[in-house]
Amino acid sequence: MTISSASDLEQPRLPSLPVKPWQILVLLLLIVYPLMVPDFWRLQVGAYALILGVIALSLTFLAGYGGMVSLAQMTVAGVAGYAVAIFGVNSAALGLGWPWWVTIPLSLAVATLFATLTGWLSVRTAGIYTIMITLAIAVAFFYLVRQNYVIFNGFTGFAGLAPPPVFGLDWRAPLPFYYLSLGVAGICFAAVVYMSRSTMGVALQGIRDNPRRMAALGFNVRAHRIAAYALAGLIAALGGILLVWFNGRISPGSVGVDRVIDILVIAVIGGLRHPTGAFLGAIVFVLLENFAIDLIDRERFNTVIGIAFLAIVFFSPDGLLGLWDKASRASRTLAGATKDWNGR
Amino acid sequence: MAKWSAKVWVVIGVVALALIVLVAVLAGVEGKSRKLFLLTLMNGLTLGALYFLVASGFTMVFGLMRNVNLAHGSLFLLGAYIGYEVAEITGSWYLGVAAGFLSMAVAGLVLQIFVFRHMQGQDLRQTMVTIGISIVLADVMLAVWGGTTYQFEPPDWLFGASTLPIVTGHRSSGAAVFLKYPTYRLVLLASAIVIGVALWLFLHRTRVGMMIRAGVDDRAMLQASGINVQLVFAITFAIGAGLAGLAGVVGGTALSIAPGEDVRYLLASLIVVIVGGMGSVTGAAIGALLIGLAEQFGLAYMPTYGVVLTFLIMVAVLAFRPQGIMGRAA
Repeated sequence: MTISSASDLEQPRLPSLPVKPWQILVLLLLIVYPLMVPDFWRLQVGAYALILGVIALSLTFLAGYGGMVSLAQMTVAGVAGYAVAIFGVNSAALGLGWPWWVTIPLSLAVATLFATLTGWLSVRTAGIYTIMITLAIAVAFFYLVRQNYVIFNGFTGFAGLAPPPVFGLDWRAPLPFYYLSLGVAGICFAAVVYMSRSTMGVALQGIRDNPRRMAALGFNVRAHRIAAYALAGLIAALGGILLVWFNGRISPGSVGVDRVIDILVIAVIGGLRHPTGAFLGAIVFVLLENFAIDLIDRERFNTVIGIAFLAIVFFSPDGLLGLWDKASRASRTLAGATKDWNGR
Repeated sequence: MAKWSAKVWVVIGVVALALIVLVAVLAGVEGKSRKLFLLTLMNGLTLGALYFLVASGFTMVFGLMRNVNLAHGSLFLLGAYIGYEVAEITGSWYLGVAAGFLSMAVAGLVLQIFVFRHMQGQDLRQTMVTIGISIVLADVMLAVWGGTTYQFEPPDWLFGASTLPIVTGHRSSGAAVFLKYPTYRLVLLASAIVIGVALWLFLHRTRVGMMIRAGVDDRAMLQASGINVQLVFAITFAIGAGLAGLAGVVGGTALSIAPGEDVRYLLASLIVVIVGGMGSVTGAAIGALLIGLAEQFGLAYMPTYGVVLTFLIMVAVLAFRPQGIMGRAA
């Protein structure tokens, strides 16, 4: 079983460090974008896609560089969100009401710890088992928060959650919130790109490709994998806190199996090979979610997204990034040999 | 052979331990708490039986094809809905059960032939496809059958309660009070045992079963010995999916069917199989019993933390025996 999901994923390309002109252009576009559009596009599309992108990024990092497909990333985000609600202020009068500079670091720490424990559990088995164990953890957490009223306030969850007014700014307003999300997303993106080039990141990719050889070389395979879970957990937790501020509330539905799968769908649609894929997938997902209503019945959104997901898995296992690669390769050479999921 | 007998000792040990605990608890309590305990025990056993029906198909498919069929819960629910429709139209509950099994067996065949055969050996991709299928199926089922809860009507002789020869306490007059339990659930328990034994005999005493077991151990070698592996895969998938559909109708009669049940039974299958060990029907039986009992006792004695108990069992097994109770190291 050592060769399952590790070899199933294609090796991500190492992002080249020298910044290309078009990358600066994209960054500038992301900065000026909210100044040119109405609030709906700033918040419901822009900020929301960035937040989902951050959570999906944590999965892309784990799956693309670590070869571990975890379905518990949304759950980690949910743990962070619940922690913010419980330690901080919420309208259910159940919060502990601690100040934000205690609540936020504490929530991040709790969620990261949760992610680390999840990692500790799931690295005990390898390959396809990871999906099963992390899915079981995710669903179990959903049932726990739904039936527990003492801590998690059960079915209702918590409402009235908002970012704290730091520097006298209302961070809930569309423009500041967009830039807050963009800042967090940018930091996470840069961290993952930097990570993939660091010693630890390269070792992680080595473990993904051949754990036995890396173990023989003296690397502690388990420790590297658990560390990857912890880092991915921190990223997911950041996304989770933003998400809870975005929604203003958190309830069992926020960590339900649909949401858990959504993150996988986003990461796979975008492409697991590069951090960009997570954000690309998130944009497509958010646009579909908002505008599928015009194409078909709003109620049938899941059918649309499910079929889109199936199409990607069937025809372009590397997601939209893979399609892009295929197109650019085909345009360069007519005999562009494309690889399938297994790299054969 | 030595390995096998070690397994048998493990099973005997677990059963003996459970019996000792049971007797010790029963000896200590009398009256209301004894009745609650016994009812919880029976509920746990019947829920375990239901989980076994769902999870045995899941574990067989996984063991043989290394295919984590995350659409298994959807097959359960779809089988239940189709069984319900057939039972409504024909007025026969038995035909509903048969329809649940057959329709999902066919669905499983279709999946195997048109989808999974084309991505042999690509675990992750197969799993993703099953996730996609479960998303679409859940949504389509919601569109067709809506959000209402459906309840089957079992045949008359299964209706009502039976008196069990178990004493829960004594009236003031000295007459013994016996435990009453829904007949249908007792039949469910019995039929799960019959199906479990039949499955075991099929796997261990027939030629096809031997092929399936050989395929679990070494697929390439089985193929090299001239067996049509694709056929074996198709049979296994049909039986596994059919069992999910059957469990849908049988379970839907004991409880009820509604959207969201697919996730519940998928979770149950996942945990049962992680705990019991992949590819082992005996493991699925042990896992299902453990999880069913844990869920019911959790519900009765620590209502808001019930899931935690189930979850702790999974954590404990993973910590001490990552391959599951009856699983073999991969």
